[in-house]
Amino acid sequence: MSVLVYIENWDGKFKKSTFELLSYGKKIAGDMSVPMFALSLGEVSNDTLDTLKLYGPEKIYSATQGFDHMDNEVFASAISQAAEQVGATMVLFAQNNEGNAIAGRVAARLKAGMVAAVSSLPVSYDPFVIKKKIYTNKVFGHVKVNTNTKVLSLSKNTFEVIENPASSEILTMELSLPAAKTKVTKVDRVTGKLLLTDAELVVSAGRGLKGPENWGMIEELAQVLGAATGCSRPVSDEGWRPHTEHIGQTGKVIAPNLYLAIGISGAIQHVGGISSSKCIVAINKDPDAPIFEVADYGIVGDAFKVIPDLIAALKQG
Amino acid sequence: MNILVCVSNVPDTTTKVKFSGTQLETDGVQWIINPWDELALTRALELKESGAGIEKITVVTVGLIGVEPTIRKALAIGADNAFRVDTEPKDAFYTASQLAEVAKAGSYDLIMTGFESADYNGIAIGAMLSEILGFASVGAVSGINVVDGQLQIDREIDGGKEILAVETPVVVSVQKGIAINPRIPAMRGIMMARQKPLVVLPPVATDVLTEIVEIELPKSKAAVKMFDAEDVLGLIGALKNEAHVI
Repeated sequence: MSVLVYIENWDGKFKKSTFELLSYGKKIAGDMSVPMFALSLGEVSNDTLDTLKLYGPEKIYSATQGFDHMDNEVFASAISQAAEQVGATMVLFAQNNEGNAIAGRVAARLKAGMVAAVSSLPVSYDPFVIKKKIYTNKVFGHVKVNTNTKVLSLSKNTFEVIENPASSEILTMELSLPAAKTKVTKVDRVTGKLLLTDAELVVSAGRGLKGPENWGMIEELAQVLGAATGCSRPVSDEGWRPHTEHIGQTGKVIAPNLYLAIGISGAIQHVGGISSSKCIVAINKDPDAPIFEVADYGIVGDAFKVIPDLIAALKQG
Repeated sequence: MNILVCVSNVPDTTTKVKFSGTQLETDGVQWIINPWDELALTRALELKESGAGIEKITVVTVGLIGVEPTIRKALAIGADNAFRVDTEPKDAFYTASQLAEVAKAGSYDLIMTGFESADYNGIAIGAMLSEILGFASVGAVSGINVVDGQLQIDREIDGGKEILAVETPVVVSVQKGIAINPRIPAMRGIMMARQKPLVVLPPVATDVLTEIVEIELPKSKAAVKMFDAEDVLGLIGALKNEAHVI
């Protein structure tokens, strides 16, 4: 029995969510009195793999060949084989595009019960019950997993990074991979931009901004804070902002430390996408806007006055 | 090329959900096609209308008779035929196993699912379905085109997108961006939907791997702390010294 943590890399690097997941896995492995192993697929240098030791895996397994693009079937096959080789009874993924695409395949292959987007430790281990938010953050469901092997994916920014240094060995894992049925023909990507789903601070605006030409101050505020920008659904539907910025039930569901909602009324679908934020600030000229019901701090006022004031004050430190 | 679109029946996203035990109280709940499934169907219809060589669009759902208005709506907005597997969708693996039986019995090049459902947010069906079938799969799909008879799939990645060529059959899990405006059924479509085939199938026996045993309401939130519109310094102070977020 063991816990296997799948370690995703981004151009050979790790993100904070990687260390959150390992910290989470270490806690569960401790509770279950079993070892935790890490599995990295793709080209990652040994120096980078060394950084995983800080979070306490017993062993770090690595396989580098055959993972140059994300083919769900290839990755799921590799992770399932690794799970069998290390006798994993728990396989953990970060909940993001890659985790979403692979975890279900691994679960089906291992015939393991799967719970996606968990945000806390299990409620109990025997029987195994874990909480997850359902109906897009409206309530928690306690999910009982009936299988011996379990697959979980952990939401970002929900578990704190805990150091637990170990002298983990780095080992090469031998895997037999199927041929990929997908091929990447073109990549269209901006690097270096702070991503909405990674950002700890998010500045978001809605229809109250009146038009796309008024986003300059939103971008400036985001820049001053070191935040990513987001928007409400009507704004992306109108084409004022790209759909990748749409936050809400049918867009991005996020959990930043600070969510600043400007001129967003707070429709229930929007609130579903932000309610896991640690702190919500609402700025709206309508004192009855529902966004104030979920906000921690609020200002009733005209965004075209308040936002420039806020930028000026932040710039002065 | 034939397309199978998997649709699920969920409460309207504005619903204030209430439960008795672990059962959703359905009084007054409006049911809709799961929003991402609806976008998948919308894109399938757009491809068919654009002359991309789509012969047939089939929709499938897993649910008891009460979900039929939802599948009829899918027919009314343009799907050609439908299947309903006559059982409660008990969990993701159970549901994916039912869908897999329907997929195996047909000949589909492209199988579309929404990336999650608005009820249980399980984020599993598309991936599980592809694994059960042994098909390729692509997640985070924000665009599908047919170029020279070949599928071209856009996958969202951090900071942009990748374009993939895939061997068919393939299962895609679609998200925002795949299509913009869902269709509203017209009277003619509603009339025609009554004539379209909707075949009811018995479920296959499958293990249920997970179950919801309790519903917990989130803790109520402390009241909002308001600052005067002139007092941005007060707000900044609270964010720095009280919430410790900046």
